[in-house]
Amino acid sequence: MLAHLASPRTGGLLALAAVIALLPLVLRNSYFYDVAVLVGLNAIVCIGLNLLIGYAGQISLGHAGFFGLGAYGSAILASRYGWPPLAALLATTFAVALLAFIVGRPILRLRGHYLAMATLGLGVIIFMVISTEDKFTGGPDGISVVPFRIGGFVLQGERIWYWVVGALLLVAVWLALNLIESPTGRALRALHSSEVGAEVVGINAAEHKLMVFVISAVFASVAGSLGAHYSGFVTPAKVAFLHSIELVTMVVFGGLASTFGAVVGAAVLTTLPQLLATFEDYEMMVFGAVMIGTMIFLPRGVVPSLARLFRSHRSADADNKANKA
Amino acid sequence: MSLLRVEGLGKKFGGVNAVEDLSFEIPPGEVYSIIGPNGAGKTSLLNLLTGVYKPSSGRIMLQEHDLTGHPPYAYARQGIARTFQNLQVFFNMSALENVMVGRYMHERCGLMSALLRLPRQARADRACREEAAELMRYVGLQAYLSSAADAMPYGALKRLEIARALATRPKLMLLDEPAAGLNPTEALELDDLIGRLTERGVTVVLVEHNMRLVMGVSDHILVLDYGRKLAEGPAQEVRNNPKVIEAYLGSAVSSETSYREEIAQVVAVAVEMHR
Amino acid sequence: MSPQFVQYLLTGLTVGAIYALVALGFSIIFNASHVINFAQGEFVMIGGMATVSLVAVGLPYLLAIPLAIATAALVGLALEKFAVEPARDASVVTLIIITIGASMFLRGLAMLVWDKNLHALKPITGDKPIAIAGATILPQSVWVLGVTLAIVVALSWFFGRTLLGKAMLATSHNRLAAQLVGINVRMVLFLSFGLSAALGAIAGILIAPITTTSYDVGVMLGLKGFAAAILGGLGSGIGAVIGGLVLGIVETMSAGYLSSAYKDAIAFVIILVVLFFLPSGLFGKRGGERV
Repeated sequence: MLAHLASPRTGGLLALAAVIALLPLVLRNSYFYDVAVLVGLNAIVCIGLNLLIGYAGQISLGHAGFFGLGAYGSAILASRYGWPPLAALLATTFAVALLAFIVGRPILRLRGHYLAMATLGLGVIIFMVISTEDKFTGGPDGISVVPFRIGGFVLQGERIWYWVVGALLLVAVWLALNLIESPTGRALRALHSSEVGAEVVGINAAEHKLMVFVISAVFASVAGSLGAHYSGFVTPAKVAFLHSIELVTMVVFGGLASTFGAVVGAAVLTTLPQLLATFEDYEMMVFGAVMIGTMIFLPRGVVPSLARLFRSHRSADADNKANKA
Repeated sequence: MSLLRVEGLGKKFGGVNAVEDLSFEIPPGEVYSIIGPNGAGKTSLLNLLTGVYKPSSGRIMLQEHDLTGHPPYAYARQGIARTFQNLQVFFNMSALENVMVGRYMHERCGLMSALLRLPRQARADRACREEAAELMRYVGLQAYLSSAADAMPYGALKRLEIARALATRPKLMLLDEPAAGLNPTEALELDDLIGRLTERGVTVVLVEHNMRLVMGVSDHILVLDYGRKLAEGPAQEVRNNPKVIEAYLGSAVSSETSYREEIAQVVAVAVEMHR
Repeated sequence: MSPQFVQYLLTGLTVGAIYALVALGFSIIFNASHVINFAQGEFVMIGGMATVSLVAVGLPYLLAIPLAIATAALVGLALEKFAVEPARDASVVTLIIITIGASMFLRGLAMLVWDKNLHALKPITGDKPIAIAGATILPQSVWVLGVTLAIVVALSWFFGRTLLGKAMLATSHNRLAAQLVGINVRMVLFLSFGLSAALGAIAGILIAPITTTSYDVGVMLGLKGFAAAILGGLGSGIGAVIGGLVLGIVETMSAGYLSSAYKDAIAFVIILVVLFFLPSGLFGKRGGERV
């Protein structure tokens, strides 16, 4: 039973739940809550993106595009056309999944830098469309979004959103962990390591890549929709190439192929700019330096590197004990 | 009735024929070996027989199924499994998980049941884990049940690929140089393993340079030279075929195999050191 | 050919030549190291901005330009030494993040050293348009095309005739073999960053009088250069040049005839369409994987 609790899966989920439950003790004002909500939303995107990049080994430099489509889809349907926000969210998510499904097939035939270029291009195209079609999107000025409501209940204020996003984050982590431990998840990890090795045991690699691409797009889109309702405003900056890069950096910083790493990466790199905001002129420089430094000194990312350190400590301890005995 | 039938198979790379107008049949339950000097097209042939390469001409039939031009996973789904000369182990996973991946076709689940980890899914997962462990013991990897794949020695990795291939429950298993890079003890154990595979009802295709192994386990032998059939027949017959002795088994073979084995040893050591 | 068409063609060639120079920078580094240097655009920015400052303190072009190019080359060498070299064996994604981090670092630094304003650079020789076939071309555009042509010729001489060039080419084909015949592949990698940075800086100096320059011009120019390199096929020199020119011309034409708002988007649509049909670009190496 104890071993079960200490497993990365159950133990990790419990630890995350505890952090979410206890964090309000140190969140002193609504600004802190605001940062925490942003962390949660980014973490949801990163969990999906990590399934694609970390587990299946397919890079995407355009996921801000899916995030943006989710945000703008919800904004336009709910605010401009008066749809109920939940219906807007579901319709938008479905549309984004469909788009990912259609463009994913040809894009995912590409490899390495060519795949990077194609996903980057896709993101840039979505960005251009959103910032140009100002009749619908408000162009570079952005668009305001009505609060999220279900029936008569209105979701407003950082505190309520904190609990909603916290719960969704737990669900996202749970889904990702389930997927990774399933035959489908093993197939994804296998094709990352050797595509031909996976194919000869009966795995249709193209189909699996497409599936995880769609899943990651859905995670991004849902987070985008929620983020739009939460902040009440969306601008094209959320769709820009730079945001795609930030997302990938969070995933790599936290640790590729580590779901909890994605959460940690999102937490650190969402909070860091807030800390740096006080000396805003240096923000970009420091952020760049942090990216370079982490990749050089912790190439596996924070969480796997720490896990490794912890494991080697433990085995060293065990060795010591064995030697003494 | 044969298990696998190959008719007029050919593969061109640029203008070069790697395999040319090759026809043969593999009877079920046998060990069918393919030998020939380097560059004879043996690995190309295996790649054709598993859909990794698409043939330029000819047909590949498994029982009544025409598999010509299908992708590799379709070959696997019809019951053809293989190992690789250049290991295609999933180094990002544990040894056990590598074998579990081999169970993929018999495990497939809907996306929803995977995401939600329904009880049915959790049960199937436990069963899969047990069966994979069983297969690892079967090939003699009981010592590595909780190892990461990237922490295993070369010889064990070759067995791991065999366990993974077995997990697909194949009718036909293609082994690409399973003895290359193994030490003599490990190579001897391979005879036994191959024997047990056929007892299990798996037909084995063996591509190998180790003549002791080939002559010890084969029922039929196909000799390739420059992508074409030089000779084919029961092992005894091929062994005594003057054409084969002259072209391959005779003068060239001793130096060729020892040279090959030397290279393989060096590679194995290099792989070890690389980790 | 209508004068309008000729006008678009000339403009497209000018823009395309700049993309070609940036794309060549991508290709040279990729060949030496299989790294895609996402900081390539920052060299373009450094070239332009450094020239602006040096001219502002009173230096003539003849001095300012070589100094600016040298500055960029030094930054390129430093980038290789301190950011890329320590992560030599890292994965593709890691190296992408490192070079993107470097580009943000350099952009942030530029914002501090200089400012956030747009800066104009005086054309090298006058700004009186020259009439050709009913269209006009700026003297600066002639400079762009002429210098690009000269660089292409110089590079093909360098890679075809000099020992260092051949060593770099050999390294790109087979790193291990190059090492075995005694080529210092680390030095090749180091120098390739310097060379690429210099090419980028030249592009930045040439284009600054036409489009103005600022601390963030590198973002779009870098992406377009990458797109051009991919379009031509990564690692192919001739591919980079043709990719750049094609991209510049198509972009200008579509801006002129279709929609200027979607000018940048169209470039990427074309890239996607080309990659769907030619997954290794126009001149890229094609080859199956060996098992």
